[in-house]
Amino acid sequence: MLKLHYNLEKLSMGLVGAIIVVASVGGIIEIAPLFTIEETVEIPDDMRPHTPLELAGREIYIREGCYACHSQMVRSLADELDRYGPYSLAAESAWDHPMLWGSKRTGPDLARVGGKYSDDWHVAHLIDPRSVIPVSIMPAYPWLTRDLDTGLIEDKLTTLARLGVPYDDAMIENALADARAQSQPDSDGTEGVRDRYGDDIAVRAFDGDPLRLTEMDALVAYLQSLGTLTDAAQEMLTEDVP
Amino acid sequence: MAVTATLTSTERQIGIAISAGLAVLGLAMAAVAKTGPMALHGGMALVLGLALVFHLGGALYDQPEPSARRQAEYYDAPTRFGIVMTLIWAVTAMGVGVWLAALMYWPEATPPVPATSFGRMRPVHTSGIIFGFGGNALIATSFYVVQRTSRARLADAVSPWFVLIGFNLFCVWAATGYLMGQTQSKEYAEPEWYADLWLVVVWVTYFALYIRTLARRAEPHIYVANWYYMSFILVVAMLHIVNNLALPVTWGAGESYTIWTGVQDAMIQWWYGHNAVAFFLTTGFLGMLYYFLPVRAQRPIWSYRLSILSFWGIVFFYMWAGSHHLHYTALPYWVQTLGMTFSVMLLVPSWASAGNAIATLNGAWHKVRDDAVLRFMFVAAVFYGLSTFEGSFLAIRPVNSLSHYTDWTVGHVHSGTLGWVAMIVFGAIYSLVPKLWGRADMAWPRAVEWHFWLAITGTLIYVVSLWNAGITQGLMWRAYDEGGALSFSFIESVEAMLPYYAARTLGGALFLTGAVLCALNCRATMRAAGDRVDEADRPLVPQPAE
Repeated sequence: MLKLHYNLEKLSMGLVGAIIVVASVGGIIEIAPLFTIEETVEIPDDMRPHTPLELAGREIYIREGCYACHSQMVRSLADELDRYGPYSLAAESAWDHPMLWGSKRTGPDLARVGGKYSDDWHVAHLIDPRSVIPVSIMPAYPWLTRDLDTGLIEDKLTTLARLGVPYDDAMIENALADARAQSQPDSDGTEGVRDRYGDDIAVRAFDGDPLRLTEMDALVAYLQSLGTLTDAAQEMLTEDVP
Repeated sequence: MAVTATLTSTERQIGIAISAGLAVLGLAMAAVAKTGPMALHGGMALVLGLALVFHLGGALYDQPEPSARRQAEYYDAPTRFGIVMTLIWAVTAMGVGVWLAALMYWPEATPPVPATSFGRMRPVHTSGIIFGFGGNALIATSFYVVQRTSRARLADAVSPWFVLIGFNLFCVWAATGYLMGQTQSKEYAEPEWYADLWLVVVWVTYFALYIRTLARRAEPHIYVANWYYMSFILVVAMLHIVNNLALPVTWGAGESYTIWTGVQDAMIQWWYGHNAVAFFLTTGFLGMLYYFLPVRAQRPIWSYRLSILSFWGIVFFYMWAGSHHLHYTALPYWVQTLGMTFSVMLLVPSWASAGNAIATLNGAWHKVRDDAVLRFMFVAAVFYGLSTFEGSFLAIRPVNSLSHYTDWTVGHVHSGTLGWVAMIVFGAIYSLVPKLWGRADMAWPRAVEWHFWLAITGTLIYVVSLWNAGITQGLMWRAYDEGGALSFSFIESVEAMLPYYAARTLGGALFLTGAVLCALNCRATMRAAGDRVDEADRPLVPQPAE
């Protein structure tokens, strides 16, 4: 063995090849099966993709680095179930490019935050966290009241559709209209966005002002959608309890 | 001597051509993107390319050809540049880190400007340290070490500059992009697709230069430090390419979606993330340790067999360990179990390396006592051993249920980065700077001693406060009262963190002070450069013309 290595050390491309082979084994064995084993991800029948407005909010969540302090992955531990709700299923992030499971909880997990607080609470909290939670250490995001940039919204849905997210042609064509309609509850477009994404989606003036489409609308719509894309996690938990 | 004077006129011409290419690339990026971070990054490449064209063009005929004797010397100008960049990134990124630590205690201090927000600056700290500080230190020392251990001059004089300047362009693109809100959100792989592609070009050049230099070696055997540097170069390339595969939204958008999704994305991300720790922050720096520690101590490596065992052990075991970041999540249980198992086994090669380094100091302990530079390296080896033990421990599933998502993880990371990575870098810098600037010693030898004690005090305060923070947090989250309800609301656990966050800021500030002292000391040494030459420090045989 030592003799073999003695010779290998004299051969730079031999070392290169050996390093690549030895380093590849672990990744191949752990990662490759995740793409082939069917039970890794079972997509529930009621699962829906994010609406264009929620998707825009997700991009703001990413842009501001929210994932650095908030996870979106409830682990299967008793206290987490009591604190946050049903543990997260693989299916719930099956269409997430990228996933936002996170790695740190400087603030609480957000996987089940949808519907937990009112829109007004979220708006006040994002503009000045300490106005609603005096000891909070979250930074303030006063600039979120600016207009939402929707320039690439159709391209984004197209790109995601190419990667396998089930956005159909009608969803892509109406992306901008749907984003506006979801934050204008009295407008004509609300029926369309409900047709395409289901009756369960929230159609509200998230920032309180139906006339302007702001970054706040998008981010609050996204936060309110977390954990509501499918009921599978809730159902699984009630099935577990006899 | 001006850097351009180390290049022949042909090399200067090649440099001008490459710089012009960079300028054209930058112009094209700016033209396609029109607005946003990608346009600005294109502008940066354009300005950098043009500046280099003028710089090299001005020297093209004005400066004499370097003497033919250079082939009988090592080429250290790129290493000198890399050390300066290492120090600049150290002070910048550690400064950002201390500022961010202060914001966690004092969030009202955040200016109401998006670019200064915690979430945008956090990757400036992480990328600035890992890539800016660590990356420059690794590239700079690898050029130095590969020449000495091969007894051969670098294979050519242009590509080391391409590697260093190109790599720093990537780092600046990354940091400025985050401030403008441009990120892929993959931890430690945040830069967007075009920056990722650029890094691939830089990295391939780096690999080619390394292997070409090894091919010129006058020693039959490739020294162990080079195995480590080579595994760093190769595996980082594998990780970077696989984790960053993405589909741009449009060619001009500077935005993309990763091709990976959900649970597969999580697994690939942490396969990348943990092995960035392994092959960027560990094997590269072990290469540094395996060269600078024995040289400084004037003792041979204690055990050759142990270095073989630990090298292949680390290369094999680490790659399985990433899934320990995903315990109790939606990742299949068997993958978590494999990750845990290999993480525990990883302790064997890790401690073999740390032990080998410490045993090498046998017979030189009086030097560890007297020489702060060697003490930096010794402490680095000790913290390497401690951090890898802690890492294996935290990867055990039930331990992880308490520690994960808490500040314990952050404390663990800093025990590795402050105690191990930064300490070995400082040891290497203090060894190299006098030598490469022709002096017998640093300009302020006593400041090295001060730096050592600031660094070790800072590290200990930082790590101990976050151990306390993390364990407190984890216990508060899972505490139940007698009625079977959770004892604490989340915000109560946040409040409990404040004293620890204040203490960690102090620890970080001490460490930063030491780093600033190091930078000033190096600056003073460089300004008082001498002409001391070590006659033995040259290639074994003169190399043929390039």
